[in-house]
Amino acid sequence: MKPHHIALKNLSRRPARMFFLTVALAVGLAAVVALVTLSNSMTADIEHTMDQFGANILITPKSNDLALSYGGISLGRVSFDQQELAPSVLERIRTIKNRQNIAVVAPKVLGAVTVQGTELLLVGVDFAAELRLKPWWRLTGTEPAAADDALLGSDAARSLGVKPGDRLTVAGRTFKLTAVLQETGSQDDSLLFVPLAAGQAITNKRDRITLIEVAALCSGCPISEMVAQIAGVLPDAKVSAIKQVVEGRLQTIGQLKRFSLGMGGVITLIGLLIVFITMMGSVNERKVEIGIFRAIGYRTGHVMGIILLEAGLVGLVAGLSGYGFGLGAAAVALPFLSSSDHPHLLLQWQVGLAAILSVILVSLLAAWYPARRAGKMDPADALRSL
Amino acid sequence: MITVNNLTKTYPSGEGEVPALRGVDLTVATGEFVCIMGQSGSGKSTLLTILGGMCHPTAGTVEVDGTTLYGLDDDGLADFRARTFGFVFQSFHLVPYLTALENVMLPLAPLKLAAADKRRMATEALARVGLAGKESRLPSRLSGGEQERVAIARAVVNRPAILFADEPTGNLDSATSEQVMNLFAELHRAGQTIVMVTHNPDNGRYAQRTIRLKDGLVTR
Repeated sequence: MKPHHIALKNLSRRPARMFFLTVALAVGLAAVVALVTLSNSMTADIEHTMDQFGANILITPKSNDLALSYGGISLGRVSFDQQELAPSVLERIRTIKNRQNIAVVAPKVLGAVTVQGTELLLVGVDFAAELRLKPWWRLTGTEPAAADDALLGSDAARSLGVKPGDRLTVAGRTFKLTAVLQETGSQDDSLLFVPLAAGQAITNKRDRITLIEVAALCSGCPISEMVAQIAGVLPDAKVSAIKQVVEGRLQTIGQLKRFSLGMGGVITLIGLLIVFITMMGSVNERKVEIGIFRAIGYRTGHVMGIILLEAGLVGLVAGLSGYGFGLGAAAVALPFLSSSDHPHLLLQWQVGLAAILSVILVSLLAAWYPARRAGKMDPADALRSL
Repeated sequence: MITVNNLTKTYPSGEGEVPALRGVDLTVATGEFVCIMGQSGSGKSTLLTILGGMCHPTAGTVEVDGTTLYGLDDDGLADFRARTFGFVFQSFHLVPYLTALENVMLPLAPLKLAAADKRRMATEALARVGLAGKESRLPSRLSGGEQERVAIARAVVNRPAILFADEPTGNLDSATSEQVMNLFAELHRAGQTIVMVTHNPDNGRYAQRTIRLKDGLVTR
């Protein structure tokens, strides 16, 4: 027999009281775990969606341009000092601190060409990167792979009256049209895409790049911070974030996270009070029993150990069950709260560990004073018969 | 051996201090069976708690086998109680959710002994007080006399140098009281030092010596 046997025996003596104390703590924890898991899962969904949106950072040469466009109607631009980017910038982008967050780097060269008497905007691209950047593209035909393969937007193909498999002559070079882009509703519908090297040759911009689109995963790294890092390694380029609706969504989730933390604080305080009151009641109720322990030679530490072990065990059971209930509640609520078609419940062991440890810690903290009071109890006072 | 010098104890009260002991001197020899008798309020229970290391005196000293009891710190005093003293309380004070055997094992729980040894010692102590076969019973399933015997077994399980008993027959009928007192006498014959507080004059005949207290003073 050890002092911890006394703690276990006492817990089993008052199953109803310990059950309700455990349930009270578990419910509080479940609420916090559910909120935290929901906000984390929704953030992960948003980040995943963000990746699917394509590029979120745009790198262009620094120039003293003034855009003359409003509401999608462009009237050209006034350019004072047009420049291009050197290919070396691609390597420099990969040197930033958060380079592991960079998913795709897609360089482009732009130029106007005439094909079969029709003026088109030619875009030289790295097809492998471009197809990763725009997963929503649907092609009729096969993906361009060779140096003389080309891809045409749906409007452009209609204007030129061509179909996959046809050949196109652009500035004296012949390309095989391997695929036509199905209508996207964007500017891509009217573009001609060719391999980057061919585009550079046609537009007389050898070893030059007009712009670079970057898709960055923003998990654990705000896009604005990555923009600053890229701008740091590319002082001659203009680096800007493509801010979309996602930012608003992330702000909303940020508010949910802050609400979760606030609620966690309130629940922690309530949990502290519940455990404190219960343990104080238990100590007062067991005054004679504690007096016996003290009289027969139990040190302050022995008595405190018994009380704290009881509280810690309640905290452990509440932590495990509360985490389980919280995850269950989050799994049920997530489909109703997430904007994603396939919401994914984010299971993070760190959240589980933190939740369980925090409940144990709250229980121990709340029981500390009652335990100390019990441990310091004068045996003669406790045993009134003496 | 217990040596008490000029022991005083006062309790604070609303209108000043109430003296419980007023300069008590006494000695208890090793192996002696001493009864402390006196009327209610005479200070006998206060004296027992101070002798037992459970209540600091206002003044005076208590020495047990050369150790000044209240010169020890809190943990030292607890360890001393665990090693040297055994206690039998008036209301038995068994822990209700522990079996008879577990109650007897309570003083052994903080000690670094093998579980089997603790169990063996507790079983032997229960057998010694005539409760063999009732180890697994909860206190609620034992008679008053049996509960008192469990309390005595708990008090002697760690083979203490001194056994303190506070009104051990206070809640028992006369027949059971006699059985319990015979048990104390048997322990004494086996060499146990016993200090017992009682108001029952019949119990005095089991002791070698009776110390009478009146208004906080030893009268004889």
